[in-house]
This record gives sequence, C-alpha cells and structure tokens, in this order.
Amino acid sequence: MLIVKSLSTFGRYLELMNKTFSRPERMRMFFKQYVKELSQLGVDSIGIVLLISLFIGAVICIQIKLNIQSPWMPRFTTGYTTREIMLLEFSSSIMCLILAGKVGSNIASEIGTMRVTQQIDALDIMGVNSASFLILPKILGLVTMMPFLVSFSIFAGMGGAYATAIIGNVITVDDLTYGLQHDFTEWYVWMGIIKSLFFAFIITSVSAFYGYTVEGGSFEVGKASTNSVVSSSVLILFADVFLTQILS
Amino acid sequence: MIEVKSLYKSFEDKQVLCDINATFNNGTTNLIIGQSGSGKTVLMKCIVGLFEPTRGNIFYDNRDFVGMNKIERIKLRREMGMIFQNAALFDSMSVLENVMFPLDMFSNDTYTDRLKRARFCLDRVNLSDAEKKFPGEISGGMQKRVAIARAIALNPKYLFCDEPNSGLDPKTSLVIDELIHDITKDFNITTIINTHDMNSVMGIGENIIYICEGWKEWQGNKDQIMTATNEKLNSFIFASDLFRKVKEANK
Repeated sequence: MLIVKSLSTFGRYLELMNKTFSRPERMRMFFKQYVKELSQLGVDSIGIVLLISLFIGAVICIQIKLNIQSPWMPRFTTGYTTREIMLLEFSSSIMCLILAGKVGSNIASEIGTMRVTQQIDALDIMGVNSASFLILPKILGLVTMMPFLVSFSIFAGMGGAYATAIIGNVITVDDLTYGLQHDFTEWYVWMGIIKSLFFAFIITSVSAFYGYTVEGGSFEVGKASTNSVVSSSVLILFADVFLTQILS
Repeated sequence: MIEVKSLYKSFEDKQVLCDINATFNNGTTNLIIGQSGSGKTVLMKCIVGLFEPTRGNIFYDNRDFVGMNKIERIKLRREMGMIFQNAALFDSMSVLENVMFPLDMFSNDTYTDRLKRARFCLDRVNLSDAEKKFPGEISGGMQKRVAIARAIALNPKYLFCDEPNSGLDPKTSLVIDELIHDITKDFNITTIINTHDMNSVMGIGENIIYICEGWKEWQGNKDQIMTATNEKLNSFIFASDLFRKVKEANK
C-alpha cells in the first residue's frame, strides 16, 4: 500500500514537473517573476546563510582545536579540517538542509495558500499555465542563486574561523591561514556548487509540489508546509550520498 | 451561448450531477440556484473546465469544450472571465496590477493602452481611487468589484460568478448584482451566476436553473418562480419567512 502511494505521489510530481517545464506564455511576465524570486528566495536568504556559516565556521574551528589538535598533529590541522568541512559538506549539504526549512516552507505555504484561496484556479481559468507561471521562476531563481549562497557560506565560515583566531586567540592567524591553504583542491569547491544545484532543485520542486496539490484549508497548508520540509530534507540527504559517491 | 447536454459528474462512487441539460444565452443573466451541496459549484466547475465531466457535452457557441485538446481549451479560456466566491485576487499585487494581469499576460497592446484599459475597467466598477491599494487593504465588496474589473479586462464572451454575494451585506450585494447585470447587457456577455441569494434571484434572474441533489429540478425566470408549483423549488425558495409572506401577499 505504501509503495503504491509513494509511486502515485511520484507520478503526480512528474506530471507537475512536466507542466512546469513548458515555455512561459509571456517572457516579459516570466522575467518579472524570475527577478522577484531571485530576490525573495536568494537575496533574502543571504543574511541567514552568512550568520549561520559564520558561527558554524567559528565553532568547527574551536572544536577541532580543543578536541582533535594535539602535539602529535601538525599545527595546520585545525585550519585544514575547518576548510574541508565547510567546502565538502557544510556549505552545500547542511546549508541546503537549513534552506529547505526557510525557503521550502515559504514556497509550500505561499503556493498552498494560493491554492486554497482559489488564486491558482483564477490563473487556470484565465488560460495561464499556473504551474509554469508560479513554479518555474522559483526553481530557476533558487538554482541561479545557490552557487552565490554556497560561496558566501564558504567565505563566512572561514571568516568565523578567523574570528576565533583574532578575537578568541584559539589559534594563531598564521597557523589557520596555512591550514586553510594547505593541499587545496579546487574541485571540492565545484563539487559543493554542483551538489547545491541539485539540492536547490529538490527544495523548490518538492515544496512547490506539496503546495500546489493542497486540498482543504489552512490546516492542510500547514501540513503541506511541514511535509515539504521533511521530504526535501530526506531527499537532500539521499541525494547527498549518491552525489558525493559520483563526484568524489 | 453555452449549451450543457446530458452532463453527469461523479466523484468515485458518489454521483454529484445527473443528466443536466441547459442553455445559457448571450446577453442574459443566467442563475444556477440550489442548496449548499446540491452540485451547483460542481456544475460551474465542469462548465469552465476545472472538473472533467464523467459524461455529457458542453458547447461554447457550438464549440465542443469537452472534446477540445489542451491548447484549444487554453485559447477558449481567454474568452472567459470568472469571479470567485472569495474574489481570488492576487495578494502580492495591487488593485491595478490585479486588473492589468490578464492584459499583461495575453494582450499585445502597448503598456499605455493596457493601463488605459485597466483604468477603464476599474472606473466601470467605481474603484478608480483604490488602484494603488492591495487586496488586504480593501473591503470584501471592493474585492468583488476588483474581481469583476479583472474578469472583464479582456472583454470576455463568457462570465462566470461563483456566489458573488457571499459574505456581503444586502446593500453591497445589490450593487454587485446590478453591476454584473449591467456589464452582461452592455457587452452582450453570456453570464452564469451560482447563488443561493434570493434577492439576486428576484432581482436579476432572467434564466434560472434550480439544482437539487444533482438533478435539474426546474427552469424559468424570476417572474415564473413566484408561481412555480415544483415542491422542492418552493421549499427552497420559500424557506425564509420573508419570501413566504411575499408569496402570500402576491396571492
């Protein structure tokens, strides 16, 4: 029964994506929506991305220094490990899990409310492809902004690590800088960005699916919002395993 | 003209509409009336294509709507305007942007012409002063008027109104009714209104269809309704004390 239900949900998701990825009726209106989504989903998320990354970068640096660093290990270990954690997992996967909460619930509740207040029906009656008009700009908007968010997260994380060195004197700036630069592999940056593009697609499309298919009232919108966050988070974790295996 | 022929609609094993036949003429205010849950909203949603009928046909000026493909339907939908029960205005847009939306999407006119048309429509519903406001900042009656302005922006041939008076006071309801009726006459539109507001029935009902438990029970106009002998219709129409007294006074 569960398998049938899952397959049926997946089928409806594919149907919605098929409807979504069609040529916009009016490019002028599409670009207007696209720019709006760049701002709402991307620019408005910069603050929280910077804040969380800054603190996590600082905390990773302190934890590595206190719990792992020992006289038996090279002094660059703290900086090196902080950089690798930020590049390989935090700034792409964990940051996307956080964004699944912020952006995902926003998308599901916005589209869900439009569904229950018949705004989507109004679009359909006008002859507008409501799925394409509402969902496509969101998907493309977050996919466009995600590489910037990942880059900001990496830099903010390293900024946090420097803060512990400069303000907290946990580590010397020279040791940290040497560690951050040690054995740098450029591909890890690209890997994080490539992974984040998939995650951006998962967050927007899954959340939009839950919002678009809401039936009922405000209670169902709330439920859809929660389901969208849970499902996107689980899918991001699954995708992370596969993408890491493929890209490493 | 819209023709509905032998229309059936069921949800799983629940039959909601049974053998509905009706003709809605141009320039006429057509009313579908019935109790809550009688199937009138389902009928309207079938007519506009939000629900697929289980069986039967719908013709828009002899064009078979049920048999149309997706693209033909989208084209036909651009000839439709709809006013929803809760107005269904786009919250993130101002009143003017709401009215301009269908024009921005489908009209090839210049921005100035589109703006002029949107302002004309707002003026038609007496809302010229509210163009910069957002739906959350205006009253329910004003929201309905904005919805009417948006519905007529593209000069539709067919106008659908799903309980346009719900949640409005009697005076505002009258304004909305008169507005819809006048627009229907002025632009020779085929208008279908779903309602259970008896004031609307008596005020603007040129062609009234009574639906009861999914069946079409009665058809006539506002003059005939007072003398109708259909028991189910009478129990619905004269459920209120006021209308019973009106009927007795007419005798």
